[in-house]
Amino acid sequence: MRARQLQSWGRYPAVSQIGHRIEWRDRLVRDYSSLNEKFGTVLPYGNGRSYGDSCLARSDHVLQMRSLCRFIAVDWVRGVVRAEAGVTLGEILALALPKGWFLSVTPGTRFVTLGGAIANDVHGKNHHVRGTFGRHVRSFHLLRSDRGGMVCSPDVEIELFRATIGGLGLTGVIEWAELQLIPVKSGFMESSTQRFDSLAEFFSLSAQLDKTHEYTVAWVDSLAGGAATGRGVFMAANHSEEGGLMVSPPGAVSVPLTLPVSAINRISARLFNSAYFSLHHGGPKRSHQRYDTFFYPLDRLHDWHRIYGPRGLQQFQCVVPEHNSEAATRELLRSIKKSGDASFLAVLKKCGSLPSPGLLSFPMHGTSLALDFAHSDTLNDATFPRLDAIVREAGGRLYPAKDAHMSSQDFRSFYPEWSQVEALRDPALASRFWDRVTET
Amino acid sequence: MKKILIVGATSAIATACARLWAAERAEMFLVARNAARLDQIAADLAAHGASAVHVYKLDMNEFGLHDAMLDTCYKALRSIDIALIAHGTLPDQSQCEQDADMALREFSSNGLSVIALLTRLANPMAAQGAGTVVVISSVAGDRGRPSNYLYGAAKASVSIFCEGLRARLFARGVHLLTVKPGFVDTPMTRHLALPRLLTASPEVVAADIKKGVERAADTIYSPRFWALIMFCIRMVPGALFKRLKI
Repeated sequence: MRARQLQSWGRYPAVSQIGHRIEWRDRLVRDYSSLNEKFGTVLPYGNGRSYGDSCLARSDHVLQMRSLCRFIAVDWVRGVVRAEAGVTLGEILALALPKGWFLSVTPGTRFVTLGGAIANDVHGKNHHVRGTFGRHVRSFHLLRSDRGGMVCSPDVEIELFRATIGGLGLTGVIEWAELQLIPVKSGFMESSTQRFDSLAEFFSLSAQLDKTHEYTVAWVDSLAGGAATGRGVFMAANHSEEGGLMVSPPGAVSVPLTLPVSAINRISARLFNSAYFSLHHGGPKRSHQRYDTFFYPLDRLHDWHRIYGPRGLQQFQCVVPEHNSEAATRELLRSIKKSGDASFLAVLKKCGSLPSPGLLSFPMHGTSLALDFAHSDTLNDATFPRLDAIVREAGGRLYPAKDAHMSSQDFRSFYPEWSQVEALRDPALASRFWDRVTET
Repeated sequence: MKKILIVGATSAIATACARLWAAERAEMFLVARNAARLDQIAADLAAHGASAVHVYKLDMNEFGLHDAMLDTCYKALRSIDIALIAHGTLPDQSQCEQDADMALREFSSNGLSVIALLTRLANPMAAQGAGTVVVISSVAGDRGRPSNYLYGAAKASVSIFCEGLRARLFARGVHLLTVKPGFVDTPMTRHLALPRLLTASPEVVAADIKKGVERAADTIYSPRFWALIMFCIRMVPGALFKRLKI
């Protein structure tokens, strides 16, 4: 096996990983133990969509799981799919949609692997209705260096099942997983898009539209201040009954190379944000749109992270509990505006109260805010610590899958169950993230 | 519904082709050395829509067992619309220079076993009077290079054999397509430092093969720009070629 250089999606911290491809299930046990012997510890790596250091191994040697991408069994009567961990959600969708099934939960990109979706217990625009991805995992096969292979489900190996969902790939190598899908009649969405002029309006729209729509999300103008703080565009949708079950073709455009400097700065972000906000003037606009344009707008631009230049990007994603939602979100937006750091991808979403089986699952009943920033030193020295304090104060938490800066103190108070996961960690697996947030 | 025989079914290019045909509900007969992997591929193809998948474990260097395999295949499929011959290895050239037995073994895997199989397969295909035989050769067979001339010689023998067999089968209504892939990112080539810009995914090659079958092409380079590269390489005079370290 020849090694390949891999990085995290945000490319900060800029640490290259040597990827060792896992090609076959019948070789996984042998490959895993021989790599462990060679490098001490390793870490499973999917399709490289984690932003921060949660996909970077302590040893910088990762099991590249993407080649393990075969389907094992499909049941189009019950909507159950069993596939190897390296299959992407897009590949599942491509097979399932023509049969009238859709992913129960999908994040904003279809390029994540099944194993990665479990390890980060991803969520989507329907969190208020369906909860996290982990709720729809029927079972998976976990390979551990100390105990060998075992099937985990809500009924068997319950402890490991719960520790592995959102377990950041540390409790064993997921070989395959079985997923429950939801039935749909069409690959199209009936969506409605409308602008809101303030944060208060976002909350009232959300309260109203979350009841009638399976999917809701809002883009927020992080550079607007004063009375316009929290202005943005609200998107709500349901699966359509019309239009047919066609699979959309994959994105065609890609960013061919890393720009020499980040194209995202205060000026470009302000221009984009104002233009985007203005574009959505007037009342609600309804549309009948393809599922990919609603769920995966960024998938159309392959390797979009390259526009952030060689220094990469950092994402800040937090969730604050329901009772503090509006005040804390307002304070976060004010603080971002004051910092002068620019973000053009700012996403607001109300999370529901459905519990996840995962011990380290990120979402909680409340409001999630996510922002992309071009990496800079002031971000980690000044801006993020201020935002972290607001989140801490409000009783919220940060998202490990997106994180490259959270303090170990914060992590341990955000996720008190971390010690249970640590106790169940496969001793042969270790990540830079885990080392960073569990050191005392 | 197409009936398809795939030899070397666990190879990355063959798998990618099989997935495309599975989506069209083809019935397949898969042959490879590793039974566990055959089962993994068969399950995947069934999920991708194949109407039926049969598996057969065979090392193609066992020439004596080719007939039994083809009998079983014809019993299962009754006729063959497409036969994809995709098995092969990538020999270690420097070891083959020191070990004649190894060189012959590798020549057998990549050359003789293909010739033996095609010889046996050609007759029932000719009797059918229809269908397509697809053989994976290589750009390496177009010119002998110091870095892989054992592999290149085996593939050259396959290419020439196919050219002759194509003409013979043409008269009988059977088509033969020779595929010459360039650098492809597969487990077979994973230990090599291939130039990224020139390296294609198995999925790209598979799409070219499927198209080649549909338009009854004789020889295709995949991706297509390799036709230009190999044209230039074939034009280099021998006196200069032996001085090039390629």
